[in-house]
Amino acid sequence: MTDNKLINLVNITKSYGDNVVLDDLNLYIRENEFVTLLGPSGCGKTTTLRIIGGFETPDKGQVIFEGKDITKTAPNERQVNTVFQKYALFNHLTVAENIAFGLKIKKKSKEYIKDKIKYALKLVNLDGFENRMPDSLSGGQQQRIAIARAIVNEPKVLLLDEPLGALDLKLRQDMQYELIRLKNELGITFVYVTHDQEEALTMSDTIVVMNQGYIQQIGTPEDIYNEPKNAFVADFIGDSNIISSIMVEDKLVNILGANFPCVDTGFGHNKPVDVVIRPEDVNLVKPEEGIIKGVVTSLLFKGVHYEMEVNANGYDWLVHSTSLFPVGTEVGIQVDPFNIQIMNKPESEDEEAVELEI
Amino acid sequence: MVKKFFERFYVALILIFLYAPIAILIILSFNGSKSRAKWGGFTLKWYRELFKNESIMNALYTTLIIAVLSALIATIIGTAAAIAINSMKKTPRTIMIAITNIPMLNADIVTGISLMLLFVALRYTLGFSSVLISHITFNIPYVILSVLPKLKQLNPHTYEAALDLGASPAYAFFKVILPDIFPGVLTGFFLSFTMSLDDFVITHFTKGPEIHTLSTKIYTEVRKGIKPEIYALSTLMFITVLLLLIIINRKNAEKKAPVSRV
Repeated sequence: MTDNKLINLVNITKSYGDNVVLDDLNLYIRENEFVTLLGPSGCGKTTTLRIIGGFETPDKGQVIFEGKDITKTAPNERQVNTVFQKYALFNHLTVAENIAFGLKIKKKSKEYIKDKIKYALKLVNLDGFENRMPDSLSGGQQQRIAIARAIVNEPKVLLLDEPLGALDLKLRQDMQYELIRLKNELGITFVYVTHDQEEALTMSDTIVVMNQGYIQQIGTPEDIYNEPKNAFVADFIGDSNIISSIMVEDKLVNILGANFPCVDTGFGHNKPVDVVIRPEDVNLVKPEEGIIKGVVTSLLFKGVHYEMEVNANGYDWLVHSTSLFPVGTEVGIQVDPFNIQIMNKPESEDEEAVELEI
Repeated sequence: MVKKFFERFYVALILIFLYAPIAILIILSFNGSKSRAKWGGFTLKWYRELFKNESIMNALYTTLIIAVLSALIATIIGTAAAIAINSMKKTPRTIMIAITNIPMLNADIVTGISLMLLFVALRYTLGFSSVLISHITFNIPYVILSVLPKLKQLNPHTYEAALDLGASPAYAFFKVILPDIFPGVLTGFFLSFTMSLDDFVITHFTKGPEIHTLSTKIYTEVRKGIKPEIYALSTLMFITVLLLLIIINRKNAEKKAPVSRV
């Protein structure tokens, strides 16, 4: 990743009828970055991708690509290629003809095209599939052909619109590794759209969390997971305990009536805040050792850990732990100070949807 | 056993009612005697005389030219219209489909008379071109009807994928969209061709005095008294339409096969 801004979206607004899909969106994407647009359906992530690809024109704002305004440029004249959600392969053409489609338009020589097809099929681990028809391939294979078809054109940016959405879990995980490998081998910028937070955390250099047409938070996967900027992000990225609390003073927060030491400062005195505690960060200890006491109300075995619910001071705490506490056990709850994430309470809908720069 | 017998008997009865008249026509076209009541031995005489009859051959020629031209032009216009209708929003699309469906349900005589009135009102000379225009008009809905379902099946992203790979809109249409909807386009063409070949009423009202298609020619001949050449001609027309229908049905069957494979 370099610091060179490849794509810059400036004040993008887009609406369909009365429905505002994107509201004054600002975002830049650096060269060689793996950026994931993450959010629930209808958050505007796909529209953002389609604006970069040229399939939608924003009502307001500009798309800057390598310093040039390409807002009005047709999709076929942009140096980006897209991998579509449902593959969109050309079913009447063979795999080789599908991959050669873009190269033929660019009037490349026959030898060049042949080499490229071979290279691309090798890259996606489908050697020897040249003469197969797309509808004789499995979903995962079709998806790889769609990727091969896009990358032979050597785009500066590859746009991927939920490319793994239609695949089953195992295949999806395999393809995640494949995509990371591809990105490292090709050294091009990936812009990836998904609603799957796990996918986003696994693959991305940068995650852009979106909701209702606004960017909620931009950051590395670690940032987004460990320090969510607001309750929406915390809730969307993984399970978490989001508890309404009072910031008593710097480094001390009152959660459900008990004072917990924390590391955050600068929130003021006795200010209402939201506290995020990840379930794996809640430590269950003996009742007398905990900051607050509670009773285990449910227990589920999840393989790697146990998932428990602990009712303490009127809140059901979600707890992931490798040690087992049977239902009915009295436990103490303790949280390491650096695992308590303090967030300002949103004062309005709009503030909840704050826009931020990286 | 008895049930099966009645089932078959019933089907046979229906087929007899439907096809007995045509069978008789075909038999009479090979009848050596001019009488309709007497079998005078097998002959191809009427077919020979048919091909020698210049006015009938002219009518055949006109019919075929009009069928091919009107089907071709209707296919182009209809396909373009179907693409436009398919990309419309829901309400205008429903309205457009209804508007294009009405002419198909409309009685031929209404269509024929209104077209004639329109031509007369515009002081357009009735003749070959007025018949051609009329045929194109009533063929377009059939093309739209057969192309639309194909467009609906199309993945909307394939066109975008082609653009994305650098294709111009025209290139993307001919290389990606057309091959995918082609079975529908072909069905539309054959359907139009058959409809045009088959039409009497609309042609009758929109043609000038100088021009005859087969159906109008037969009509005038019959008024003078039926000649056995007409049986031969009708037989040939029936077989042509039958062959076309078989081709259309086979095309559709072929198209269905790969769907079941998935």
